[in-house]
Amino acid sequence: MMRVAEKAKSEGNIKIVEDATCTFCGCLCDDMVLTVDVDAKKITKAKNACVLGKALFLNYEEEDRPFALIGGKEATTAEAVEEAAQILANARFPIIYGMSDTTCETQRKAVGLMDMLGGTIDSTTSVCHGPTGMALQGVGESTATLGEIKNRADLVIYWGGNPAESLPRHFARYAVTAKGMYTPNRKKDRTIVNIDVRHTKSVPVADIFIQVKPGADFELLWALRALVKNRHVDPNIEKKTGVSMKTMKDLVERMKNCRYGVLFFGMGLTMTRGRHFNSAAILSLGSDLNEYTHFIATPMRGHGNVTGADTVVAWQTGYPFGVNFSRGYPKFNPGEFTATDMFVRGDADAGLILASDPGSNFTQAAVDHMKKIPMIVLDPKYTHTAKLARVAFTTAHYGINVPGTAYRSDGVPIELRTCLDSKYPSDEEVITAIYRRVEQLLIAKKRSKGANNKRQKAA
Amino acid sequence: MGSTLRIVNGRVHDPANGVDGKTRDICIKDGKIVKSVPPKTKCVDAKGMVVMPGGVDIHCHIAGAKANIARKLQPDDHRRDIHRRMELEKINTRSGTGGTVPSTFTTGYRYATLGYTTAMEAAAPPLLARHTLEELDDTPVIDKGFYILMGNNVLLYKMLQEERHEEIRNAVAWWLNATKSYTTKLVSPGSDEPWKGHRNATITQLNDKIDGFEQLTPRKIITSMVNTVDDLGLPHPVHIHCNNLGHSGNYKTTLETMKAADGRRIHVTHIQFHSYGGKPDGEPTSKAPEIAEYINNNPNITADVGQVMFGKSTSMTADAPLAWMLTRYSNDKRWVNADTECESGCGIIPFAYQERVYTHALQWATGLELFLLSKDPWRMVLSTDHPNGGAFTSYPRLIRTLMDREFRKQQMESVNQRAVAKIKRGHHMEREYTLQEIAIITRAGPARILGLKNKGHLGPGADADITIYDEHEDKELMFSAPRYVIKDGRLIIDNHEFRNNHEGKILHVSPLYDEGIEDVIRPFVEDFYTIRFDNYAVSDHYAPRREVIPTTKQ
Amino acid sequence: MDKTMILVPGRTTKQGVGLIDSKFKKDYREATTTVEINVEDMARLGLEDGCKVKLRSADGVVTVKCTGRRTEDLPPGLMFIAYGPPTSKLMGKDTAASGMPLSKHLEVELKRVS
Ligand code: SF4
Ligand SMILES: [Zn+2]
Repeated sequence: MMRVAEKAKSEGNIKIVEDATCTFCGCLCDDMVLTVDVDAKKITKAKNACVLGKALFLNYEEEDRPFALIGGKEATTAEAVEEAAQILANARFPIIYGMSDTTCETQRKAVGLMDMLGGTIDSTTSVCHGPTGMALQGVGESTATLGEIKNRADLVIYWGGNPAESLPRHFARYAVTAKGMYTPNRKKDRTIVNIDVRHTKSVPVADIFIQVKPGADFELLWALRALVKNRHVDPNIEKKTGVSMKTMKDLVERMKNCRYGVLFFGMGLTMTRGRHFNSAAILSLGSDLNEYTHFIATPMRGHGNVTGADTVVAWQTGYPFGVNFSRGYPKFNPGEFTATDMFVRGDADAGLILASDPGSNFTQAAVDHMKKIPMIVLDPKYTHTAKLARVAFTTAHYGINVPGTAYRSDGVPIELRTCLDSKYPSDEEVITAIYRRVEQLLIAKKRSKGANNKRQKAA
Repeated sequence: MGSTLRIVNGRVHDPANGVDGKTRDICIKDGKIVKSVPPKTKCVDAKGMVVMPGGVDIHCHIAGAKANIARKLQPDDHRRDIHRRMELEKINTRSGTGGTVPSTFTTGYRYATLGYTTAMEAAAPPLLARHTLEELDDTPVIDKGFYILMGNNVLLYKMLQEERHEEIRNAVAWWLNATKSYTTKLVSPGSDEPWKGHRNATITQLNDKIDGFEQLTPRKIITSMVNTVDDLGLPHPVHIHCNNLGHSGNYKTTLETMKAADGRRIHVTHIQFHSYGGKPDGEPTSKAPEIAEYINNNPNITADVGQVMFGKSTSMTADAPLAWMLTRYSNDKRWVNADTECESGCGIIPFAYQERVYTHALQWATGLELFLLSKDPWRMVLSTDHPNGGAFTSYPRLIRTLMDREFRKQQMESVNQRAVAKIKRGHHMEREYTLQEIAIITRAGPARILGLKNKGHLGPGADADITIYDEHEDKELMFSAPRYVIKDGRLIIDNHEFRNNHEGKILHVSPLYDEGIEDVIRPFVEDFYTIRFDNYAVSDHYAPRREVIPTTKQ
Repeated sequence: MDKTMILVPGRTTKQGVGLIDSKFKKDYREATTTVEINVEDMARLGLEDGCKVKLRSADGVVTVKCTGRRTEDLPPGLMFIAYGPPTSKLMGKDTAASGMPLSKHLEVELKRVS
């Protein structure tokens, strides 16, 4: 099922796959050289991978798990499809959540499934850069693909993010030590600034570290916007943010005078007090600076294909996440149709979790509700969510066993190569099978309803 | 055993075959138009109706990265314009949202509902071709293709700087193959380098030097691409968005650009936006007469108008400096900029054209002048640069404006009078487009300009993409609700009702090239892009249904 | 008041590697159940490396191990912990109509248990 021209050399049972893509984080590095022991079904080397990428590839093993579990008991994929379809077809307010670690091909089908069911679809975006998506709707953005940043940026500011640990090759491939067209001397041609509440592992590469008081990001951003526009700023701002006026003014001068500046921001802004206001403030700061020079402000996204999830949901519905179809058309309302809220409030009466583990990373109140309702899980691994689910499918790994598309955090789509077959079905195959069965069940339901109505009329 | 269909009793407008309103049968077999079908074939009775080929949109923005940011940016644009899911007998359609940038499914259904069966997405950065193709694959019913942005391509600049013309030809052919696109698009050639690298400046003269490329000027880029595409024999020539879009006095740049083609084929898009007189930074005036005259006299030139329609629009363009300039005139403070490495810029802003605003009224009137002064409808075709000048859903209104003199006069009276006063009066203002001319500017003409031999006409061998309208005094009504729409021989709209879903195909070119060129492109991509060269080209998987349109050399 | 601290959960390489391997193994558990505290705060609160502390937020309570960090790395009043099951227990449930619970800025009360 190789779709990309296979770029592999084989010798005996050893196969080398070049230009494979690591889907662990939003860097989506597509320069992996994988050495594969076909007989052992193991990846023995992952050249160019960072420590996380190595962990992803070298720990890969074909799990020896049942194809599916229903109520904790072993089942076939077909049996699990039947059970899952029954659950969904009989639910009144089902939700699909997750989607950040699967292909766009799967995501496209998943949105279709919810369109038909009249349920809700949400991705991990809502607990990552969902607030940035909301901020975009208010203020727009100035963004760029990472290559343009590599080629041109001479001022790179990281704010509220720790790429050294979450996007390990961000520095080397894109923004700090990368060699670009107008940055031939790599780091020497750039000034790196880090702004955070604590001294993370990303700070050492920075030329300037600015420590902001926790919860004061918005105030600092707003003061910088004012200073960029030469407006007066109350000196109390120093106490509020823990940053001196001198430091702020120095940063503003650097921002206005650089050739091509970038603000990369992380969840230190979206997950703290202010949320989408923080994102809107930093996006606005980036846009404002275009009065003086070329400037970019862009979020750093975590999971392999979380950007694909926003992208697909937006092109199919017009909205990026938190979309409900119960009226027969898409409605968008964060806080209502977002997964945390749907579970915490107890609205969802069935859930399909696609390649994500809210059972382990959602707030306890949400997990408590998941335990009460029938849950369906698709995941290559056994997860906390799988543990509490009514139906758990074991699926194949995207980017290892399954080809397809993933979007890098800057929106560049990449076609994934495979290196090993799997006996497990892909997410796409399972979702497609569920779709077909749900369709039959809904038609049958409508018919029996119609028949009932007729009978009642006759009576 | 294929499916057959016969359309009878309809008045047929098939300009490509010289049929102007004659009543005749149209026979369909296996998705194609044929000479005859067996007598017992199922019939569509088109008595009292007008039969035309399906509409062909030569220039719109419906899919890909920038359309999707525009969707994400503007929930306000579509939240009240819903598109419900339909449960049909055998198939469910998908729900979506409309507005000026509809979701993909809604885009497909709504084009079909207007009787359009082919649409070309006019601008995609090649690096993001997969995204465009994925969205087009989710755009039902219609056939579609897209143009790749090549006017600000850094590798081509390097080659052109060194006059490596042979390599340029091979590189362009490689790129068209790698992306499964239809032709090359130049957007404000030369403008990205100053925009991205030099404090948001732009370039204004065809002879200006381009930042960082001292030997290069927009003129050189234009000439090179005109020649390259012509030499490759692509079915559609280079598709050009001239420099200085929207600026007062830009008609000179437009004339110069057309002259630069030096007799070779060139398609100048949304030319209305490039037909202004006046001083730079002053109020624009209309130079439609000068532009129309030049085009009338030079058969190598084709153009689409890019009419402005009053109401909400979305300005989205690869011309990033333009969008930045427009933020000064927009009440909506949202602005999007999006740079694509080594290939393109992009700007998006929500916009609204208002009758009472001088500039907007002038732009509207300039577009109409171009239509009314055009002597050859085959070479000046209909577009609104959807959604820049207005949404494609406003085409029926535009058609009525062209066909109905009284309607046009009424509108003229209700817009900014100072702007209207600047428009040249004369005989042309009385002109009314005939049905035949409408058939040319909305289907036969665009199909011919695109080099789509099987589209835009109803002769044997053509794709059975057919629209049947009820005849009606009110042409807006007539063109907004066709009675029947047939795509690939299937009845999609049957007696005004949406009856069948359908998947159209991707139309793309595949010119020949010397594979040695990969050795030139590869190192550049590996140094200055962020994906591997071997991950650049899109695989067939992204265009599961497709048709390769041959070049003249194939 | 002096025992109320701000807890910042975040991603770490160890947690990331642990997560790939298995969330049910020791490494991941280790990585996600150790809280970093400023050394001055530790001294003030009478804590040593390795002792167990109870963290209580408005939404839950967890017990984790603690370890000291210099003031340059982690200012007083701030604590850091890798994402994992304990952070989910402490995380807020109100998203203020945004879909996003506050999860990187948690006010917690700290108490030594061993
Ligand atoms: S940086 Fe991210 S994508 Fe790249 S190898 Fe490491 S984990 Fe994989
Ligand atoms: Zn356009």
